[in-house]
Amino acid sequence: MEFGLSEEQVMLQDSLARFLAGTGGLERTRAFAAGKDRRAPDVLQGLAELGVTGLIIPEAHGGVGLSLLDAALAAEQLGRFIAPSPFAATAVMAPLALMRAGDAGQQATWLPRLASGATVAGVALSEITGARDGAGVEARDGRLYGRAQFVVDYEADLYIVADRARGLHLVAADAPGLTRTDFRTIDATRPTGELVLDGVAAEPLRGADSPAAVRAMIDAGRVMLAADTLGAAQEMLDQAVAYAKGRVQFGRPIASFQAVKHMCAEMAASLEPCRALVWYAGHALDHLPEEASVMACHAKAHLSEVGTFVARTATEVHGGMGFTDLVGLHYWFKRIGFNRQVLGGPQAVRTEAAALQGLVA
Amino acid sequence: MDLSYSPEYEAFRAEVRGFLEANRSQAPGHGGNGLTWQKLLIGNGYAARTIPQEYGGFGGEPDILKSRIIAEEFARAQLSPGLGGQGISMLVPTLLEVGSEDQKRQFMGPTLRGEMLWCQGYSEPNAGSDLAALATKGVLEGDHWVINGQKIWTSTAHLAHWIFCLVRTEPDAPKHEGISFLLFDMKTPGIEIRPLVDMTGAANFNEVFFTDVRVPAHQIVGRRGEGWKVANSILRHERGSLADPNVMQSRLNALIDLMKAETLDGSRVIDNPVYRDRLMTIQGRVQALRCNDLRLLSAAVNRQSAPLAGMVVKLQGTELRHELEGFAIDVLGELGLLYGDTPRLRGGGSWQRDYMYFLGLIIGGGTSQIQKNIIAERGLDMPREPKPAKA
Repeated sequence: MEFGLSEEQVMLQDSLARFLAGTGGLERTRAFAAGKDRRAPDVLQGLAELGVTGLIIPEAHGGVGLSLLDAALAAEQLGRFIAPSPFAATAVMAPLALMRAGDAGQQATWLPRLASGATVAGVALSEITGARDGAGVEARDGRLYGRAQFVVDYEADLYIVADRARGLHLVAADAPGLTRTDFRTIDATRPTGELVLDGVAAEPLRGADSPAAVRAMIDAGRVMLAADTLGAAQEMLDQAVAYAKGRVQFGRPIASFQAVKHMCAEMAASLEPCRALVWYAGHALDHLPEEASVMACHAKAHLSEVGTFVARTATEVHGGMGFTDLVGLHYWFKRIGFNRQVLGGPQAVRTEAAALQGLVA
Repeated sequence: MDLSYSPEYEAFRAEVRGFLEANRSQAPGHGGNGLTWQKLLIGNGYAARTIPQEYGGFGGEPDILKSRIIAEEFARAQLSPGLGGQGISMLVPTLLEVGSEDQKRQFMGPTLRGEMLWCQGYSEPNAGSDLAALATKGVLEGDHWVINGQKIWTSTAHLAHWIFCLVRTEPDAPKHEGISFLLFDMKTPGIEIRPLVDMTGAANFNEVFFTDVRVPAHQIVGRRGEGWKVANSILRHERGSLADPNVMQSRLNALIDLMKAETLDGSRVIDNPVYRDRLMTIQGRVQALRCNDLRLLSAAVNRQSAPLAGMVVKLQGTELRHELEGFAIDVLGELGLLYGDTPRLRGGGSWQRDYMYFLGLIIGGGTSQIQKNIIAERGLDMPREPKPAKA
């Protein structure tokens, strides 16, 4: 019985943290947000060198062959450092799609490229986790028609598109008939947008059961977003505590006022059990198939609620400075806000959790 | 990560299950009586497991996983895990650690067998959150302590045979160093007990008054002035035990059953999406605490530390349990108001009772506000409130 991180897992987190701090952290993110370039190749290349892009891809296909829990631990660090980098789709959901629903040829073609970072893959299935504006994609005669919004890791070379029947398709970013429209969201660190597919010739994933692969992609994607929020919220709490210790008012550090201490204690008390919840949900993805989907829903919904609480409270502890661009806390605030809605907001995900347990008539 | 148990532990689990099946008829509530059940459990190592035999226990090696398996299997079988109470849960571990050889032999066996019931004399009207400000006086006169003062929130004082009590014996020492830990008979002349009815309608609490109560000088645990240290180790023990997430899980299961059984305007409450969303919110939080508990268990087994994960249990667990019980009352609506011996009562009134009882636990054993101070100061290393300047 062991429910904790191994030495290797701690080392993975440490080396990733060192690399991300070395890219400049907040300053790198600021530059990304201010620049015109929608990709940060230096960050992506560094992640590829550390094996992060190939984390769950088998060694036979050029990856590291680690678990989805390891991927969640990586996601936590990316959230902590608000890294301007694709991850949830290109390193987790897309490889899962190929590994679960691709045939041998498709796996041999794409998995090594995803592992090396040479290809970035986006995933378009938001219409399955909650269609907005009447969006949705249909497959007819080997061609795709329709619209997919809020593509995860949208700034990509290759898309994995789910149709309404939960079939999965590979679409090149420059495929004829594909129109991309960039969106601007609150979160400057992860570009998103929509795809309009007007009879795009698509290659279906030809392997085993693709609805099951869609389920696995959604579950894993949700745990990655939850882990990203865990890292981002922990960083906001750490910054709030550090700020409160240094900020003097009424002749003493504000950290000595119970009003401020209790805000920080409430953040810590809510957030600390989330760590174990994310571990468990990450572990369940690979090892506890009966629990995996429900736990992914709970991790996503609960981290969204706790993350929102921490984001607001940590900002308040900073007083007026928390509201400024100068401190930059808003990058974490917005990242947590982004994670909350993508792949299903808390109410939608809780509804799904109830349905998965047979509690919906 | 490895959530499986080794064959040794799986075999142990089978052994516990076998015992429970074979002996169900001897359990209290199934035809047996509490004291003989307790004896049977100690004899088989399912109660007082790690207490040495010469002090009335089973004499087993400490094994966190085996203890957990025993707790899980007794809960699963819905059979009593043996006697509890402050004597067994708090005094026995304390005596084992710091008691004299005579004290261990005299008190531990009868306490474990349920022949000797204890109450805890800690809190006073002016020493609650600031427990170390306690003022009950103990003065040594010849070979007896003479005790005067008042205790409050004394659970089961009206049933207890003996009390373990914090008394100020060194009035000139700093406040944490002037306290001693005394044991004495509740039949000693000079003790008056007045019941304190709580908001649930029960009178488990009491006020206890001491007037010239004479206690033999040797009935002290540890040395004079060491009482605070002794008491603090037990308080830590108490905090974790107030919010068992496995009990919370069984309450959550009962809540789900309730929502399936109860109707509102002819439809099951569970089919109402507003109620269902709140249920799922609570379930998510229960899951987080269960995972946190698993992390703490694993850390204890593998000798790792997760201090913050431990500090948040009492705060989070009692608050969540209070909320869960309160939500069940909402599920019942007007029916949730029924309490006591009345028609149409649901669940024996347990939702209202536990809703109120857990407000008591939010306050007792270190209030939520004290817990937040502990988390901030010890967990996040934030500075203490400056002491007010002396007038």
